[in-house]
Amino acid sequence: MENKASTPLTVEDLWVEYQIERGVVKAVRGVSFSLARGESLALIGESGCGKTTLGVALIRLLVQAARISKGEITYWRGNQGIDVLSLKERELRRFRWRECAMVFQSALNAFNPVLRIWDQILDTAKAHGGMSKNQVRERALQLLEYVQLDPKRVIDAYPHELSGGMRQRVLLAMSLLLDPQVLILDEPTTALDILTQRTIIDLLRRLKKEIGFAMLFISHDLATAAELADRVATMYAGSIVEVGPVEDIFYRPAHPYTLGLIRAVPTVTGDFEDLISIPGAPPDLIDPPPGCKFHPRCPYATERCRVEEPKLETHYSETHSVACFNVQRVQQDTLDLQERYAKYAGGKAQ
Amino acid sequence: MNAGSGEYLIGARNLVRMFGSRRERVTAVEDVSFGIREGEVVCLVGESGCGKTTTGKMIAGLLKPTTGQVFYAGKSVWNPRGDRGEDFKKFRLGVQIIHQDPYASLNPSHTIYQIMSAPLLHHKLVANTHEALDRVIELLTTVGLSPVEDFLYKYPHQLSGGQRQRVSVARALTVNPRVIVADEAVSMVDVSIRVGLLNMMADLKRNLGVTYLFITHDLAVAKFFAWEGHIAVMYVGSIVEFASTPQLINNPLHPYSKALLAAVPEADPELTRSKARVELRSQDIPSLLALPSGCRFHPRCPYFEPGLCDVKRPELLPIGENRYVACHVAAREAGAVS
Ligand SMILES: Nc1ncnc2c1ncn2[C@@H]1O[C@H](COP(=O)(O)OP(=O)(O)OP(=O)(O)O)[C@@H](O)[C@H]1O
Ligand SMILES: Nc1ncnc2c1ncn2[C@@H]1O[C@H](COP(=O)(O)OP(=O)(O)OP(=O)(O)O)[C@@H](O)[C@H]1O
Ligand code: SF4
Ligand SMILES: [Mg+2]
Ligand SMILES: [Mg+2]
Repeated sequence: MENKASTPLTVEDLWVEYQIERGVVKAVRGVSFSLARGESLALIGESGCGKTTLGVALIRLLVQAARISKGEITYWRGNQGIDVLSLKERELRRFRWRECAMVFQSALNAFNPVLRIWDQILDTAKAHGGMSKNQVRERALQLLEYVQLDPKRVIDAYPHELSGGMRQRVLLAMSLLLDPQVLILDEPTTALDILTQRTIIDLLRRLKKEIGFAMLFISHDLATAAELADRVATMYAGSIVEVGPVEDIFYRPAHPYTLGLIRAVPTVTGDFEDLISIPGAPPDLIDPPPGCKFHPRCPYATERCRVEEPKLETHYSETHSVACFNVQRVQQDTLDLQERYAKYAGGKAQ
Repeated sequence: MNAGSGEYLIGARNLVRMFGSRRERVTAVEDVSFGIREGEVVCLVGESGCGKTTTGKMIAGLLKPTTGQVFYAGKSVWNPRGDRGEDFKKFRLGVQIIHQDPYASLNPSHTIYQIMSAPLLHHKLVANTHEALDRVIELLTTVGLSPVEDFLYKYPHQLSGGQRQRVSVARALTVNPRVIVADEAVSMVDVSIRVGLLNMMADLKRNLGVTYLFITHDLAVAKFFAWEGHIAVMYVGSIVEFASTPQLINNPLHPYSKALLAAVPEADPELTRSKARVELRSQDIPSLLALPSGCRFHPRCPYFEPGLCDVKRPELLPIGENRYVACHVAAREAGAVS
């Protein structure tokens, strides 16, 4: 395998499905991407499009009913590639948290209520091995302080004694316990209030800068992505339909679905903007429509879209890819946004 | 704000609501006064637990205030002895609430037709089941559920979140309410569907003259839905600022409103990364069991003046045309006299 030291994670053509009574849910369909060291990639898309399934598949913690039917997941440490799909259960346990830690979507409520924070941290550390109890304690106190908590107080607290924002910080501290190079955060700020959300966003930004891990964060909230992402990937019906630098996605989106999302979310400050809704609803992933999965809702759809599924191809630049046959027409409709692109690019250059 | 005056269709004066036993009593709503003019939208925003739902339930008559008054069409809803006033029934029909949790509020074992026709028949708003069916079809069309036949005999769990919210709105409309209290009506649905739902509710305002108390924790949604109305910002049980939406969004005066607007992430990378911050003195949200003295915000407030803010509770004072703020410093700077 070649040296990909600057790219800790690569995913190739990943397919994940759930077997349920009614049929097979194709939750992740042919996803490929890579994560560079120190970057944050936001995965956006609406409920049920497969974000969590993708995240969980990356550390192979899928439920029984799920199956990775195809694909490759590789973590790189220096010159060495780890083929995740061929790891045995014991190796997997060592791999998780060490190479890649995940903070789960529902984790805020998933703390064991009768265990003190310290016991939960110790359990995690034990499960993944390699440190003495004293080392764990020392590291835990360090990390709690690092996420701006009062370590002595928090480590002996029960979960219910902590606010949502404090619990989210504890989870972040725990995920850093074994110094992973990739961090997956599933909706890290969704359940939090605005002021708390702000402190977590600022904290994540600081952690990323100082520790330099790569971050994949999942969010249905465009504003969080605008804040935190270096790159954004839009997911629809199990596939990535567009991926590019954050300013490209917001100021010159090339996929009709990405554009639809942006037109549907107002900014808070500033003048009134009319919003445009996306008609229809996301497809059934058991029996998705033929062709482009977005075509039943897409204002740009043509005959070709109904029969053929577009593949990700580069547009605007090497780093921006989009899966749509009608990019040129979409581009025509983003001129107002592109003005803001110029402003942003100018601001960055200064 | 004189909520009892004829100027407002619905409103509240000094609403207080406590919960719990004598030993552990919490004041969920401490002092809330506001009025909504007919056909207008007032948005109630604030963080989790600040008392939005409790206020909404009191406005809709589902919860009795511990003290204070709710007014509907110029009359107090509860009479001085705390019993239901004479027009209580008219009030309860006139003010409908859409509950925060769409899963819990629709009976899972009833079809959409049954859910919708029950209030029509119960309140004798239709003569028979035939008329009921016609009216149900009309209402489902109004909220944009089409083709209607696809929905009539479905159960709530067979609908998507957005569709369920439309049914909740349609059900609220069965009794021809003048006021709808919408509690986080779009918070659970995806952005791609949210705008359609909001536009549908705005159409009800335009076409049927419905008045809204619209509760949300999402400032972007508040801005969009209440642009021509007002926003009331709540903090631990009280309204701290009340202003027209454009004023509140672009020129907030209360330090808490300022902090919220500065902190909220924006769906625009340039805007959100260049926003000025408001630094708070503390991140801790006070417990209802140990409320700070004086202004409830003083331990966190960047404007804090010792000897004033921690001693005296600021009143919600008028500082302009239908604009109010509850802050000693902000009110003084705006030239208000108490
Ligand atoms: N355990 C499961 N069994 C069967 N189907 C599942 C299971 N978990 C998820 N699915 C289905 O897989 C698809 C993708 O779900 P997933 O949770 O990955 O979406 P998501 O994008 O994370 O959504 P959300 O934003 O609501 O968290 C959905 O259609 C969902 O119904
Ligand atoms: N029936 C009740 N018994 C005891 N306490 C209650 C009751 N209902 C509400 N409370 C408390 O009153 C406070 C205000 O609750 P409320 O539901 O009004 O908040 P909210 O602003 O609607 O919050 P959210 O944004 O989370 O919906 C909270 O501290 C809550 O725990
Ligand atoms: S490929 Fe066609 S249907 Fe799909 S998003 Fe593009 S224009 Fe719309
Ligand atoms: Mg998810
Ligand atoms: Mg509530």
